[in-house]
Amino acid sequence: MNAPQAPEHSDAALDLALRALHREVLDQALPPTLLQAALRVEGLQQEATRGRQWSGIAAGVLLAFALGWLAHGQSGGAYGLGEAKSRTEQEFVRQAGFAYSVYQPEKRHPVEVAATDQEHLVQWLSKRLGRSLKVPNLEAQGFALVGGRLLPGEAGARAQFMFQNQNAQRITLYLGALEKSAKPASTAQTPDAQNTQATQFRFEADGAVPSFYWAEQGFGYALSGPVDRSTLMALASSVYAQLNRD
Amino acid sequence: MNQQSVVAHLPGLRRYARALTGNAWAADDLVQDTLERACSRWRLWLAGTDLRAWLFTLMHNLFISQLRQLQRRAGQPVELEEAAHELQAAGSAPGLSLDLQRCLLRLPLDQRAVLLLVCVEELSYAEVARITGVPLGTVMSRLSRARQRMRELLDEPSAPQAATRAAPLLRRLK
Repeated sequence: MNAPQAPEHSDAALDLALRALHREVLDQALPPTLLQAALRVEGLQQEATRGRQWSGIAAGVLLAFALGWLAHGQSGGAYGLGEAKSRTEQEFVRQAGFAYSVYQPEKRHPVEVAATDQEHLVQWLSKRLGRSLKVPNLEAQGFALVGGRLLPGEAGARAQFMFQNQNAQRITLYLGALEKSAKPASTAQTPDAQNTQATQFRFEADGAVPSFYWAEQGFGYALSGPVDRSTLMALASSVYAQLNRD
Repeated sequence: MNQQSVVAHLPGLRRYARALTGNAWAADDLVQDTLERACSRWRLWLAGTDLRAWLFTLMHNLFISQLRQLQRRAGQPVELEEAAHELQAAGSAPGLSLDLQRCLLRLPLDQRAVLLLVCVEELSYAEVARITGVPLGTVMSRLSRARQRMRELLDEPSAPQAATRAAPLLRRLK
């Protein structure tokens, strides 16, 4: 942008220069304390608008989330994990993107089991994935559950939950084991190197659809949807918080 | 973008605070204080109204009251000199954005806020009037004075060194 260097500072040139000032801040990782405070406000709002308790989220969980995000942001996307693992994860996000592209446009059969049968859906997928699953509630963000389906993955079954807002915009939460050895959550307290890794978060914009991805205890999660980064981040933070609540 | 998500507005709030204060740390402190205030006053926010405008209003009022507190205390130059150092250390496009930020800091706060809200955040005059709590006409006259002053400042031959700059900077804040 060369406008500010022009000898005359017209209004338009000045506006352009001002708009460029600190623009990099928009893409910076959010400091954990700010993210935490913002989520607290959202929790209060949700409580106010929906009469639901949302304050049960452990601060530590939020902090872990924010730290992961921060660590990711500052290292410029580098994982600091083994090459092989990172390839597994990349493949996971890619699969999530594929699954999104295949089922998102589907009019009649976007899901196998509809949200009306949510209890069955959760039981079924939990059984097939070998761990107790939870479906996050994203209604406060305007996304209602459409339903879910079972999908094949390299390390066994994977699940896809689909959500949709009033504009028929769809987002999916894709999850499943990253490797065959993935243990159920209940036995994951063993101080095994992988499990003690702080949760890492990654934003992936190169695939079929933007995805926000994280892995925990051998399980991968990808939230995908054609929304901007900050919206996806807000959604992902809500998903993460809900899945890790007690 | 989900307009009712506080998290979604965070990047914008941080950028605005950064330009307003000229200091990365002070900016995030201001955002943090804004969020704390939002927590304690969320009842005053009516669901369905513009969340972004509400957050900017909280931030604006906080910044004004913090500045007043600062002025009530004696010996404030430290703060501003720190800001100048910080700026020199930070900028990704040093010369340019540094200059622009310096000039911004030399604007009276009222003008600076209006200029940023209109030009950077692209809010309407009516929204800016609500956020800053002044009539629409005042917003417009402040904007035009701010633009004129910025042009004068940017056209000055070359930015004076820190020592000579500190004095006018302080006077502006009164």
